Amino acid sequence: MRPGHVLETVGAWLLGALWALPLGYAVWTAFHPSEYSTRFVLGAPLTLENFAKAWAAAPFARYFVNTTLLVAMILAVQLVLCTLAAYAFARFAFAGRAAAFLLVLVQLMIMPDVLIVENYRTMSRLGILDTLWAIGLPYMASAFGIFLLRQTFKTVPRELDEAARVEGAGALETLWRVYVPLARPVYIAYGLVSVSYHWNNFLWPLIVTNSVQSRPLTVGLQVFSSVDQGVDWSIITAATLMTSGPLLVAFLLFQRQFVQSFMRAGIR
Amino acid sequence: MSDLSGMSSARRDAPVHGSATPRRWRVHVQGWLLLLPAAVLLVTFTHYPVVATLYHSLFSNPRAGRAGVWVGADNYRAMVEDPVFWRVLGNNIWFAAGTIPVSIALALLMAVWVNGRIAGRSLLRLAFFTPTVLPMIAVANIWLFFYTPGYGLLEQLTGLLGLPSHNWLGSRETALGCLVVVTVWKEAGFFMIFYLAALQSLSPQLGEAAALMGAGRWYFFRRVTFPLLMPTTLFVLVNAVINSFRLVDHIVVMTKGGPDNATALLLYYIYDVGFKFWDQAYAAALTLVLLVILAAVALGQFLLLDRRVHYQ
Repeated sequence: MRPGHVLETVGAWLLGALWALPLGYAVWTAFHPSEYSTRFVLGAPLTLENFAKAWAAAPFARYFVNTTLLVAMILAVQLVLCTLAAYAFARFAFAGRAAAFLLVLVQLMIMPDVLIVENYRTMSRLGILDTLWAIGLPYMASAFGIFLLRQTFKTVPRELDEAARVEGAGALETLWRVYVPLARPVYIAYGLVSVSYHWNNFLWPLIVTNSVQSRPLTVGLQVFSSVDQGVDWSIITAATLMTSGPLLVAFLLFQRQFVQSFMRAGIR
Repeated sequence: MSDLSGMSSARRDAPVHGSATPRRWRVHVQGWLLLLPAAVLLVTFTHYPVVATLYHSLFSNPRAGRAGVWVGADNYRAMVEDPVFWRVLGNNIWFAAGTIPVSIALALLMAVWVNGRIAGRSLLRLAFFTPTVLPMIAVANIWLFFYTPGYGLLEQLTGLLGLPSHNWLGSRETALGCLVVVTVWKEAGFFMIFYLAALQSLSPQLGEAAALMGAGRWYFFRRVTFPLLMPTTLFVLVNAVINSFRLVDHIVVMTKGGPDNATALLLYYIYDVGFKFWDQAYAAALTLVLLVILAAVALGQFLLLDRRVHYQ
């Protein structure tokens, strides 16, 4: 083996170790009693105490329900709206199509994340502040989803479309029977990206929620960990791991799908 | 990302069924009806807010039941005279300059390594990519502990080396740098996968041919691989620039913009002004600056990227 190759392998592993370090540190702290949180002794006893304490100290069960509902709600609406819009852009030469498509693409650059001031005003006028709808609505028509599906629908052979029409299927039935099944991998990719985005989203939910009834996990975690009463890092790290747990476990189980989905979604 | 050729392909994409006049208006109606639900939401939460931002930035804040009054460019004049605004803008430029080149270079390095014949590469890929799926807010909590003065891991490591204790997030000189490190750590693995995909699509014969001609590995990378990866680099670059103006979750957790505004970025300042001081008129003016920056990025991307890459 060339010395260069050995050097590179060592370098790669050092970088990998560096990348794993913060998470490894968090795992250590969360699973050990707090007196060991900064002392690294091999024989330190393992415990789930920190998780139990964190779970009892804040309404995390409610936050989990909120986040799950939010993520499911956003994804469901996104899938329907983006499918319909993408179908229109891919297969209907309606007047103003090019201009409308450009207007959709604006959202790729100017995401709802930066329009917090005006969108807050709108939510307040609609009277839905502090609800899951207020968190989700700005994201439901996703330019990214429309773009991704339009690209996919354009690759569907016209013969299949025609065959369905000949059998007497209308526009929506053709969409449902021909286009949607063929785009399945794209739907999975988009779904994974959307779920992890909204599971992790923080600033906008922080702004529009102010009660346990609507707070998602990320905001709940922040409320929990920013209370300054003798910070017990073991409990905070346990809560931190708990909130990212489901996503992390899903990622470890379906690593290949995750990486491929992010790849597919990014390259489009 | 954008696609401007929709117009030219309109004829080719004409629907498969009949083109007789009575049928033609049906295509228009059906197309618009399919688009309608998404269009309503897009206009309400993307296009309207952009226009409203400009409009509201020209008025004063409504007070005690009275609507705001027209103040012209007053909010912008206040902005020019606001030292915090300039500070924040400078911070954001430093933050971008610190995160973008480093995360892109590291992403490329990671991709080359993970793509090559290195021992345990799937484990390495896992280590590099995992930060991407974690919430920024959770990541920030973990790093906050990492940086804690006195007993955080960083202090323990520097202590072992005999260096004096230092409040990393609490001093003006190092706080922004600490946030840059967190962001690079979070983003590099995400950008890595795009490079990885691009590398895997390159023909292996290129490398073999170069090896036959006796080209060194570094020479080959510099003269062949890197130029071929250019579209990916531009794509990643645009994403990195947008993220440097969009991601502020870690600031809320780690520094709240302090000490002395040393870590406040533009969007964080908008959040502060709009939702802590409730000066929404000024927040609108600040948002407009952010929108102009993002529009400039979009224009730059359009000029640079879309010349080369076509999605038809």
